[in-house]
Amino acid sequence: MRFLFVILLLLLAIVSLFTGVKEISISEIFRLSDEQLLIFTISRIPRTATLILAGAGISIVGFIMQQITQNKFVSPTTAGSLEAAKMGILFSLLLIPQESLIYKMLFALCFTFGASLLFMYMVRRIRARSTVFIPLIGIMFGGILGAISTFFAYKHNIVQNVQGWLMGDFSAVLQGQYETIYFILPAVLLSYYYADRFTIVGMGESFSKNLGLSYLSVVNIGLFAVSLTVSVTIVTVGAIPFLGLIVPNLASMIYGDNLRKTLPYTALLGAIFLLSCDILGRILIYPYEIPIGLMVGIIGGIVFFFLILKRTR
Amino acid sequence: MKQHTRIVLIGTLLVALVILFLGYDMGRNIDYVLPRRATRLATILVVGVSVAYSSIIFQTITNNKILTPAIMGYESIFILFQTIIVYIYGDKTFQVITQTDNFFYAVMLMLLFSWLMYKLIFGRGKQNMYHLLLIGLILGTLFQTLSQFMQIIIDPNEFSIIEGYMFVSFNKMNNDLLLLASVVLIGTLLWGQRYIKFLDVIALGREHAINLGLDYNRLIKRYMLIISLLVSVSTALVGPVTFLGILVTNLTYELIPTSRHRIMVWVCGLIACVALLAGQFLVEHLFNFSTTVSIVINFVGGLYFIFLILKSRKRI
Repeated sequence: MRFLFVILLLLLAIVSLFTGVKEISISEIFRLSDEQLLIFTISRIPRTATLILAGAGISIVGFIMQQITQNKFVSPTTAGSLEAAKMGILFSLLLIPQESLIYKMLFALCFTFGASLLFMYMVRRIRARSTVFIPLIGIMFGGILGAISTFFAYKHNIVQNVQGWLMGDFSAVLQGQYETIYFILPAVLLSYYYADRFTIVGMGESFSKNLGLSYLSVVNIGLFAVSLTVSVTIVTVGAIPFLGLIVPNLASMIYGDNLRKTLPYTALLGAIFLLSCDILGRILIYPYEIPIGLMVGIIGGIVFFFLILKRTR
Repeated sequence: MKQHTRIVLIGTLLVALVILFLGYDMGRNIDYVLPRRATRLATILVVGVSVAYSSIIFQTITNNKILTPAIMGYESIFILFQTIIVYIYGDKTFQVITQTDNFFYAVMLMLLFSWLMYKLIFGRGKQNMYHLLLIGLILGTLFQTLSQFMQIIIDPNEFSIIEGYMFVSFNKMNNDLLLLASVVLIGTLLWGQRYIKFLDVIALGREHAINLGLDYNRLIKRYMLIISLLVSVSTALVGPVTFLGILVTNLTYELIPTSRHRIMVWVCGLIACVALLAGQFLVEHLFNFSTTVSIVINFVGGLYFIFLILKSRKRI
């Protein structure tokens, strides 16, 4: 099964490489003109790499968040992480406008990590009646962070710009501007290394302590991986809603909650899902593009809708 | 301090704020300033009472203290509607569609939306409030994504028209609209008054309410209707105030601990008016209109919300 997914992913990656306004057919691959080669190295390859990395990364950290909070409805979208990262970028623009992308990312990382810690603290403090309640609090929490950002954005008249960052869009992924996305790799490795421990954490605090696990440090490592991935994707491509929610849910429905076993599938499914959405967005209104945020928002929203009806039954 | 004294104090505070709001720094053009301030004051009172009323009902029937009806997607559908209009007509928006038409369509759309949501969840016989909430939230996120997409590609000058709708403002009031909205809101409030006393029983929980002989499903339908009317009209009138509901209801529970909803809704209305008036006063005289009242209220309300969650030890 995993083999099939890998082949599908490769196929989609090839399709993604050859889809775009500038016609390049597969038969020409060995006799590319200089111009075509340039398009490949500047735009097509970075874009495809970013899609795969972001898709896999966000899905994996979504799964980790769901394990840590023991709630299937938690994800970067429903825990305020996206809003926190946005707030980080806003403040980096206001405070250190001249610095490079890396510093903005660090800013976003700090904010996202802080927000994740706060959210975790809230989740542990409250004993909610229904599992659906935690994501509701998360979204409210995101709304508050958004309100604080808007307060400053409105003052500096950049509300429209702020909306712009929030919309995930891969068309601006170009060589020289996208390399920060490779910071997802350490987060993915970290997640894989700690996979077994995250599985145990998913069984609850007292259970993991009984098994001799340092609960708090594993949770913090998980949150760090989540924050790193979320802030990196926000800075390089923008927010992609629902991705971290539906892919892990699908994966866990099919393959169960043993992370060591399920993580590769989650990563593959995430990359496949994101690649297909992006290719679809590029083809539908060719030669224009539908931003990935919108595509995933619509498709993901509909899938999530059915997940709720199924999961809560 | 007795409850009674506190209520009187809140009332006095409101009256003092009203006088301050109307009379502060009037200058010599009383004929010009006073009617405009009075219109704003009237809008604030109408909006404050409806937000308070709908939030209290909503929190009682969903049995928690940190949600408001606003999260069910009303606000995002309102913003989406305004974005689509501006997206299509651009800077000719104001010529093509009058403020009254806009108001009317927006209210219709939000009512239709809540009816659809209601049918979707309650239509199949199985009732679960939390499903309703979560699905409202998802649709809200979906509408938000769509609006964001359009807002990015809109010309920045035209975006400023949308910005006018995104943030509550009491500065551009239209007297006809205000009258229309007030009639609807006051009508709803008076009609809803008959059902307020049942909330005391509903607060005990669904099973208890049914055991005590209430027609639970029918009542919930009534309450949902009241909530959707109040929220749609007040949102279409001034725009979204997401966190006002949380702020004022929780202040009410804190200051006037009572389980009698008849008292609770009106006290909450008073507090909402105080909050809005104070916010608007600050925006006008301290911030010199560099921010809007909804941003201030969301800011304060949001911080209060985090504080509430952190200090709560009970189940919420």
